[in-house]
This record gives sequence, C-alpha cells and structure tokens, in this order.
Amino acid sequence: MDWRTPRTGGLALLAAVILVLPLALINNYWYEVAILVGINAIVCVGLNLLIGYAGQISLGHAGFFGLGAYGSAILTARYGWPPVAALAATTAGVAVLALVVGRPILKLKGHYLAMATLGMGIIISIVVVTEDGLTGGPDGMSVPAFTLFGLGLAGERAWYWVVGAALLGAVWMALNLIESPAGRALRALHGSEVGAQVSGIDATRAKVGIFVISAVFASLAGSMTAHYSGFITPGKVGFFHSIELVTMVVFGGMASTFGAVIGAATLTLLPQLLTVLKEYEMVVFGAVMVATMVFLPRGFLPSLVLELKKKKQK
Amino acid sequence: MSAQLAQYLLSGLTVGAIYALVALGFAIIYNASHVINFAQGEFVMIGGMATVALANAGLPLLLAVPVAVLAAAAVGLALEKFAVEPARGASVVTLIIITIGASILLRGLATLVWDKNLHALKPFSGDKPIELAGATILPQSLWVLGVTLAIVLLLGWFFSRTLIGKAMLATSHNPLAAQLCGVNVRFVLLLSFGLSAALGAIAGILIAPITLTSWDVGVMLGLKGFAAAILGGLGSGAGAVLGGLLLGIAESLGAGYLSSAYKDAIAFVIILAVLFFLPSGLLGKKSAERV
Amino acid sequence: MIAPQLRVTAVSKAFGGVLAVDQVSFDLEAGKVNSIIGPNGAGKTTLLNLLTGVYAPSAGNVVFEGADVTGLAPHLLAARGMARTFQNLQIFFNMSALENVMVGRHLRERAGWFAALLRSRRLTAGERESRDEAAELMRFVGLGDYLGAEADAMPYGALKRLEIARALGGRPKLLLLDEPAAGLNQTETQAINALIVRLADSGVTVVLVEHNMRLVMGVSDHIVVLDYGRKLCEGTAERVRNDPKVIEAYLGSAELAQC
Repeated sequence: MDWRTPRTGGLALLAAVILVLPLALINNYWYEVAILVGINAIVCVGLNLLIGYAGQISLGHAGFFGLGAYGSAILTARYGWPPVAALAATTAGVAVLALVVGRPILKLKGHYLAMATLGMGIIISIVVVTEDGLTGGPDGMSVPAFTLFGLGLAGERAWYWVVGAALLGAVWMALNLIESPAGRALRALHGSEVGAQVSGIDATRAKVGIFVISAVFASLAGSMTAHYSGFITPGKVGFFHSIELVTMVVFGGMASTFGAVIGAATLTLLPQLLTVLKEYEMVVFGAVMVATMVFLPRGFLPSLVLELKKKKQK
Repeated sequence: MSAQLAQYLLSGLTVGAIYALVALGFAIIYNASHVINFAQGEFVMIGGMATVALANAGLPLLLAVPVAVLAAAAVGLALEKFAVEPARGASVVTLIIITIGASILLRGLATLVWDKNLHALKPFSGDKPIELAGATILPQSLWVLGVTLAIVLLLGWFFSRTLIGKAMLATSHNPLAAQLCGVNVRFVLLLSFGLSAALGAIAGILIAPITLTSWDVGVMLGLKGFAAAILGGLGSGAGAVLGGLLLGIAESLGAGYLSSAYKDAIAFVIILAVLFFLPSGLLGKKSAERV
Repeated sequence: MIAPQLRVTAVSKAFGGVLAVDQVSFDLEAGKVNSIIGPNGAGKTTLLNLLTGVYAPSAGNVVFEGADVTGLAPHLLAARGMARTFQNLQIFFNMSALENVMVGRHLRERAGWFAALLRSRRLTAGERESRDEAAELMRFVGLGDYLGAEADAMPYGALKRLEIARALGGRPKLLLLDEPAAGLNQTETQAINALIVRLADSGVTVVLVEHNMRLVMGVSDHIVVLDYGRKLCEGTAERVRNDPKVIEAYLGSAELAQC
C-alpha cells in the first residue's frame, strides 16, 4: 500500500489538528462537540464524493446514517449481538440496500433524482418511528457500549481518538478514490455524461458504486454515534438531518474533500453557538443558510482559494 | 360502491385537491425559473396562520382571507427578490439549499410572530356533515373541491387567453426568446412567485378548518406537494393537478385498506414506484439530448 | 472479398414525425478512411449517433466485426473497439487535459474500487502507466505543449484534438470523427488532415463526418453521400464527384472545380 496521496500535505495538517485539538477542549461538552464534528465530517466526506465529484444529489443520506445507528443499536440491545458483529452486519446490510435501491434511483436525473432520494430517506425515517417495538419509536432507544475483545470503549476521550482516526481513514480513502480510474470516471460523468459513456464508462454502475460507498461512510458514522451516545432517537434519521448534511457539503465547497470537513465543522458548531439566541435560533440559522449560499455559491473553501489566487496575481 | 370506499375517495379527493394547489405552486415557479421552491409549504402555513390571527383580531373572514393571501404573496415576492434573484445561475443543489434555508427562516419567523400552538379556523359554512353516496362529507370539503376546481379553470384560462399568462408560458419554454419578443422576464419571475404563494396560501386557508394549522404545518404539505408535482411530471400544470389528486386518493385508500400508521410513507412509495418506470413522471416531457 | 468490418443495413431513425435517417445501408472495410458527407440536415450526425449507441435505431441493424451491435449502449460499443468524437465538444472541463485523455483508456485500467480506495501497488503502477500513455497520445495528436494544461484553459482547436487523443486511449479499431475540422482555420485543418493520415497508417478504421470538401476528397478511400436522411451515392472520391445526383443535390459545379 502506498501511504502517500496526492494531497499528503492536507492529510498531515488534518492529523496535526486532531492531535493538538484536545489542548483546546476544556471540558466534556467540547469533547462531545468535537466528536459530533468528526462524525458529521465522515458522512460529509462520503456525501461530497457523490454530490461534488460525481455530480449527483442525495436528499436522503440521513437515512443511511440512521440505518447504521439503529442497526447497531437493535442488534446489540435487542438481540445481544457482540458490537463488532453488529457493526459488520449493519454495514453490510446498508451496502446491499444501497446497491439494490441505488440501481433504479440513479437512473434518474436532476430534480427527479432529488425527489427519489428524498422519498427514500423519508420512508426510512417513517419506518424507524413507526416500528416502535423494535426501535423505541419517537422516544428512541438506549444502546450498549462498544466492546472489543471484552474491552469497553466508552467516554469522551476514548471516542475522540476513535472518531479522529476514522475521519483520517475516511479522508485518506476519499483522496485515494479521486485520483484513480474510478474517481476519474465519476468526475468524467459529471463533466459530460455522454463523453464518459463513449469512453467506455458504464454510467449507472459508476454512480451506484459511489452511492454505496457514501452510504457505507454514513452507516459507519451512524453506528459510531449510537455506541458513543449510548442512546439514539429518530431525530437524526429524518429529512432535516439530510438537508443539514447536504448544506455542510455545499458550504464547504463541492468537489473538495477538506471543504467537506470544514463545512461539517462550521455547520455543527453554528447551532451550538446559536442556542444562546433561544427563540431566534431558527431565524438566524435560516438566514445564515440563505446568505452563505447567495454570497458564496461555490462554497467556503473554493471561494477562499479563489480570493487567495486573485491576491497572488496582484 | 361501498360506503367505506366512497368515504376514502371523498377524503382522498379533498386532501388531493390541497396537494394539487401546492403542486401547481411548485410547477409555476419551476416553469419560470427552473428553481424548486422548497419554501412552498410555508406559504400554505402563512395563509392559514395569518387568517386565524386576523380572524381572532376581529376581522370578518371575508376580509381576513384576501389580506392573508396578499400577505403570503408579498412574502413570495420578497423571497424571489432577496433569496432567488441574487443567486441566478447557481447550481441546482445551491438553489435547493437556499429555498430550504428560506423555509427554515420563515418557520422561525412564524414562531416569533405567532406561536408554536395548533390553531383552528372556523369552517366557512358550518360543520354539519352532508350525506353523499353513503358517505359523509364535511361542507368544508366541498369548499376545498369547489375552490380548487375554480382556481384550476381560472389558471387554465389565464395561461391560454391572457397576454400575461402567455408571456409566462413563453418564458418557461425559452426565456431568451421570450425576452427578445419583449417579455419582461424579471416581472414574470416575480409574478410567478407571487402567484404560487397565493395558491399555497389559499390551500392553507381551505384546509385549516379541517386539519388545524400551526407553525410547521407546511413541512409535510410542501414535501408532498413537491412529490405530486414530480409525479405529474415537473413543469406540467395538468400533471401537477393530476399528481396531487392521485396522491391524495392513493394515500387515503392506502391508509384505509393497508396501514394507517404508514400513511405518510405511502405517498413517497408511490412516487418512487412511478419514477422507476416513468423517469419523467406521468405527463413530463421526455427530451432527447442533442450531441 | 474480405468481410466488411462494419455493415449497416436499412438503418432508420424517426423523431416523432421526422424521419432523420431513412433506410441507409453501406459497408465499411477495415483500415480505410471513410467519409460521410451531405448538406446540413442530411442526417449525418444522427447516423453517427446511431452507429455509436447514443440513439437506438427505429429500424435496421448494425453489424460490427460479425456481431450484431444494434442498439447497444455507448459504453458497450466502446468495449468492442468503437470510439468517437463530437461535433459539440464533450470535453470534461472539470479535469486537466491529461486526465481527459486518461479517461479514454478507462476500459484498459486494471484497478477497481477497492484498489482505488486503498491505493494498492497495482493502482499506483497503473496510474503511472496511464499518465505516460496519455502524454504520448497527446504528443501524437500534436498537443505536446499542453501536457500540464487544464482543459478549460485550452483553445478550441486544441480541444478538438484533445477529444481525438481521448478517443484513441482505448486503442479503438473504429474511430468516428464528427466534424473534426469544424471551426478550424486553414493551418489547423491541414494539421487534422495529417493526423487522419497518421491514424489510417496505424491501422485504425476512420469514419469522418465532414463539410470541408477539400479535406474529404483528399483523404478518403470511400465516401457515402446522404441527403434528406437517405443515401444518395457511395464510392470513391472520383465516383462521387461525377455522380449527377450528388452534383445536383450537394456539390455545385463551382465547388467541384475547386476539388
């Protein structure tokens, strides 16, 4: 395996940030926030491959996140499976679902594709809420801690390192994929679908492939959240969370893996900061969403890079 | 026809008419700007909530309704001017996020201006159920169906007989060509947002006496209206109406005969099923790409 | 008599009420340069799209190297050795010039999804090979100066040649070029002419859709003339020049004199 990637510098910087950040995390609450940022970032990195690089859209990715969370939760809490086995089975299950559902869905384009993914996400969230015998319904359910060979994984600090390592792994894999034949095929599809097709690229197969990969990223993040929090509710499975995730990806800058991480960080921290505004939180959040998309349509990171390039030219 | 089936059909038609109005709002805006306005559901909410507030403040219904509709239309114009217009040319995903952000903003404003409670609006002509084909129907449902029919006919006349309506249609087919023919495209855009907002508000006012209204009533209605517009084929007005009615009926039948717990899911399952076989919806245009 | 590499039999394409291609039949021999010519709207690009799977024919069939490929999707035809360029450039403007050409050899790449995600040895070796080959193809078509360029920073003439380089990435047996000289000046057209000759020399069957008569008459072994979706005539440049139907429909005697 070649550990060097085309963007080794960025990866090293991310690793440095993860290593050094605990110095700034003064209490458990901030560790929690950091872990939440990491979890969202993992989902966003996968989603960015689908939206930014492959040029598709998904308004239902919280569904995969939720399936990962509830899958791990149900198998360990209700059926007593060891967490590692539950994790493996859940991840495999989500991959298969994404494969089966992805084939017909990704034949659609534009707003029709948006609707189909939206519908998929909503169906999943409705099932989760309705099957309360299994899932605990709107009140949620508790999840046993993650154990590996009898060793329990619990507490903010332990999970911080686990999520940090997982994020680094996710970013590494995403960067690898982009600079590969499969990655070029996806970017080609985004550039010109017919141009890609005559070059021998099976459009549907490529799109389904990246759909599955991004679903697996989301599912793993969900499973981690379930074990870390010890509790999950349907809130994280619904339409709003799907939109939050897409907003994070777009805000960070589409077709930018590190942008996805920054987008996740920014839009995870924002609501935390806005809670002080109490009843004005929604108004401000909505206004921020509109304003950032209007003034930075390409997203934060690409706009920043563009500004720096302009300054360099002067 | 069994009484139960008739009941399901009638209630399905009623809610379907509401979906149809919301879907028409989506279709009109999409045709003018190729934007999917995810804040469409909030116009429904504004219509209902504003009318309740005005009625509670003492205004007779006959005045409260038009004022509320105008207020919603004004919000629609503001949305176009401040959120959509500045983002012309942005990608599909960006525009989706802008309108969703706007919907969150509007919901937040609703909780500030009004509150988070459920509110009832008095039915227009009483609430004594009427017997029809062995089923019972509320007078308000007749209002819903009647007004929706009137609006659909009015819009049909508007788009095919009036100059402004034809200008809007022209813009939807080819904005540049329309502009070259002297159509003020910016005005068409504003008008389409105002019109869609009014449609949504009317839907919200019509249904409020039956299902109550609150600050977040627009979320599911907006999503289902979008689903109905897609079902009918994006960009087709007739498709929007057809999609809305079919969705309402299917939902009602499904809830009655299959599972009422999964009522909300039925709409989306149907959409997915239809899209798999008809990728451009029922009446959507299929275009061949020129290479 | 060698079997034709491509046999097109009574192929038609209707768009609603419009018959864009009407019962066109012809054979193409391997290794030759073939041209399809005709006035605007004759159905040349539609025919090309039918041959390359972008459209499915309403009637008729296409047999390539003995196998029926009628209506196959473009990526499957690419796998059988067909490649093409477009009249309206279908360049990947979101990628670099080199990456555009690398996509052309997609079918010859060995590394799959897992190798890509984990950056295996096989992948890095494949990447190096891919880059080297793509660079060589760029030099072959005369784009040696653009090896480090981004696609969206290249001039039109260069982009037309970039598409050809991409098409060559899959080592095609049959290369279809849709108006490769469109929008090019005299010098650039001569360069394309020379490139086509080089391609033919390397054994690739070339199918050219073109308006530029000088280019066509100079380089083609075999010409098919279309008009209103129907085949008017086919044969050598000499034969086509003198066909009365062709002269009437398409080539005025003044144009012929120039050739």
